[in-house]
Amino acid sequence: MGHGGGGQLSAELVQHLFLPSFGEAARTATPTDAHVLTLGNGVRLAFSTDTYVVRPLFFPGGNIGELAVYGTVNDLAMSGAQPLALSTGFVLEEGLEMDVLGRIAAAMGAAALKAGLQLVTGDTKVVEHGHGDGVYINTAGIGVLPAGADIRPDRARPGDVVIVSGEIGLHGIAVLSLREGLEFGTELRSDTAPLNHLVAAMLAACPDIHALRDPTRGGLAASLCEIAETAQVGIEFDERSLPVPEAVRAACGFLGLDPIHVANEGKLVAIVAPDHAEAVLAAMRATDVGGSAAIIGRVVEENGGVVVARTGLGSTRIVDRPLGEQLPRIC
Amino acid sequence: MKYLDEFNDPALARLLFEQIDAAATKSWAIMEVCGGQTHSIIRNGIDQLLTDRVELIHGPGCPVCVTPLEMIDRALAIASRPNVLFTSFGDMLRVPGSREDLFSVKAKGGDVRVVYSPLDAVNLAQEHPDKEVVFFGVGFETTAPANAMAVFQARDRGLRNFSMLVSHVLVPPAIEALMTSPTSRVQGFLAAGHVCTVMGTRQYEPLAQQYRVPIVVTGFEPLDVLDGIRRCVLQLESGRAEVENAYPRAVRAEGNLPAQEMLAKVFETCDRPWRGIGMIPMSGWRLAPEFAAFDAERRFDVGELSVSEPEARTLPRGRSAAGHTQAGPVRVLRQGVHPSHTDGRDDGLQRGRLCRLLPVPPARSAGGGASWLRPPPHRRSTSRAGRARCRFGTRTAS
Amino acid sequence: MCLGVPGKVLEVRSEQGTRMATVDFGGVTKTVCLAYVPEVQEGDYTIVHAGFAITRLDEASALETLRMFTELGMLDELGEADAGVPGGAT
Repeated sequence: MGHGGGGQLSAELVQHLFLPSFGEAARTATPTDAHVLTLGNGVRLAFSTDTYVVRPLFFPGGNIGELAVYGTVNDLAMSGAQPLALSTGFVLEEGLEMDVLGRIAAAMGAAALKAGLQLVTGDTKVVEHGHGDGVYINTAGIGVLPAGADIRPDRARPGDVVIVSGEIGLHGIAVLSLREGLEFGTELRSDTAPLNHLVAAMLAACPDIHALRDPTRGGLAASLCEIAETAQVGIEFDERSLPVPEAVRAACGFLGLDPIHVANEGKLVAIVAPDHAEAVLAAMRATDVGGSAAIIGRVVEENGGVVVARTGLGSTRIVDRPLGEQLPRIC
Repeated sequence: MKYLDEFNDPALARLLFEQIDAAATKSWAIMEVCGGQTHSIIRNGIDQLLTDRVELIHGPGCPVCVTPLEMIDRALAIASRPNVLFTSFGDMLRVPGSREDLFSVKAKGGDVRVVYSPLDAVNLAQEHPDKEVVFFGVGFETTAPANAMAVFQARDRGLRNFSMLVSHVLVPPAIEALMTSPTSRVQGFLAAGHVCTVMGTRQYEPLAQQYRVPIVVTGFEPLDVLDGIRRCVLQLESGRAEVENAYPRAVRAEGNLPAQEMLAKVFETCDRPWRGIGMIPMSGWRLAPEFAAFDAERRFDVGELSVSEPEARTLPRGRSAAGHTQAGPVRVLRQGVHPSHTDGRDDGLQRGRLCRLLPVPPARSAGGGASWLRPPPHRRSTSRAGRARCRFGTRTAS
Repeated sequence: MCLGVPGKVLEVRSEQGTRMATVDFGGVTKTVCLAYVPEVQEGDYTIVHAGFAITRLDEASALETLRMFTELGMLDELGEADAGVPGGAT
């Protein structure tokens, strides 16, 4: 189960099972969320897919429908692409109320318009009662890359700065607050949002952004680890500069979680050359989703592949990906 | 006063570091008993900023990690039954038994649910009268009042479908086991603050006197931990061996009397094997005869469990926790099988399920001691025998 | 550890005969059992573990501890630092 949690287990499943098993057929596959295909006329298309399994289906600030649209939009956006079209696939559990499905579908329509794309093709399957959590959604999307954009995790290089687009931990905590057995009261809402407009604004300020990730499952820690490992660089960040809302910190406190391991659905982390950092930051802050963007750290030569956090006391600690699903603890 | 940020103040922390540095004229080895303190030490990098003359040895203080293999296997067998709704704190789900963990049971279709409070499990029993609801009652003295209340309330509410698999462990017998181990290097203890919140500080007096060892009751925020270390060093330097309370805002000498009253009703003391240490006499709690009807061990006959816990048989008592820490500036921090106590330093567990719980070379320092590197993947062995190594404080001798 | 977190008691009530409360941890609230802390009143801070309040946090002790830390620093600055300074509140 943990292999779907977006942590280390997910990465290992891809690396140790899927890629070797796919063999030659996955020769050109990249371990990133979106793959770039170059057409004969030089036009570059980004292609991505994701499947959404969310409990509960509705949570403070959104539902599975918005996640399914924004998730794939954001995967495309992390390559720099502006999304054009999305396919939608539904696996419905027998007995799902039509009203519920209708609300989810309406949310998807509104989300697509907000992201500026069309929902163009789809498929529906129904499984027996007891064989699904109401509804699972798969979306696949294509987008067009602007000329010149070359955004890949392996382009992070020493000296680059690390920028986070806003407050972290909102989505994960909002969803946990409704989980049976854990229920707690909070005004926190999921941050689910499309990031393609933010990325467009960033690229307009600096076409040479080195790397982008959206820290969903596995949180900021997983994104930073992925960049550090792929580029074989070290990443250092200052814990005190992380934008963590007080309520997220509080919830993490009594659940025994670390905010950098908690999922986001409308945030990105950017790796940018130091000369462009201020311009990119200003462009981000001018958008509605990047208002509290902040520089949190930098890419360094030392400790290739490792993410190091500087603590409030001035010491350092290694940051690892979370093991899998985030569970509350007593010790 | 919010009781958090105030005790995280970097300027005051610097003062305390200086005080410890000034106080320690010799080298001292101090054990923080509690996994929570270990977590705070690692999370805040306290060990890096501390003078080399004070060595922190990480103790057995994580009830999740020391839950015996046999008990985990029992839990897995019960949770796998068709009519059982098995509830647990989140920590226990990834703790491996002989073959699998609760997560695997859940993935195979077992009804395993995480609860925040044991009372949630009692409520589930009330909501699902057709199911056998079992709660995995683990913990130190801190958690015991919550678990005791769950059993008590289940009886009060007349719930016949609720039971608890109890594997409670007690801190003072573990400290005593450490002190009687011939290989122990521990010279002073930071006692577990929240355990003392419940039990008070008096039960530590005989230990401090008999073994001539300072015991400082210590909290969990960085300033709390530092003050515990400071007081312990001051005692060691002046040749004192007393019980001292460095966590007075949460700990009274007498402890929490209503909680102790409930504990006396619901539990009785018993021998208990500790994973990675072995049997420690009178170091656990089990349900008292009056509450035997709620004992999941009695309710579910899981047959003979064939459990091999090699390290418990081959290691002398307390050996793995008795302070075989690596000398020098690199202090290897690994804290049992508890995934969240591994925070970056421990690699044996953060590798994930595909190659998890495998022995990994200790973390190395990349010069200067501030940078920590993980070992390269090819150095991970795949031997199952290595599982046993991730227990306390340090790697056991290998 | 025993993960224990300080929180502020907002509203006390009785549920199935047990004293329960809503506790605020700084922007998130949780239902907590007060059975073991009969002295705790609304507005008090408590340490919560596994859904149970296990003690009333004593503000005077907390302030005393912090004052002691600050004084250690002042002694230092005055050049009177003494390795044998006895600890404050116990």
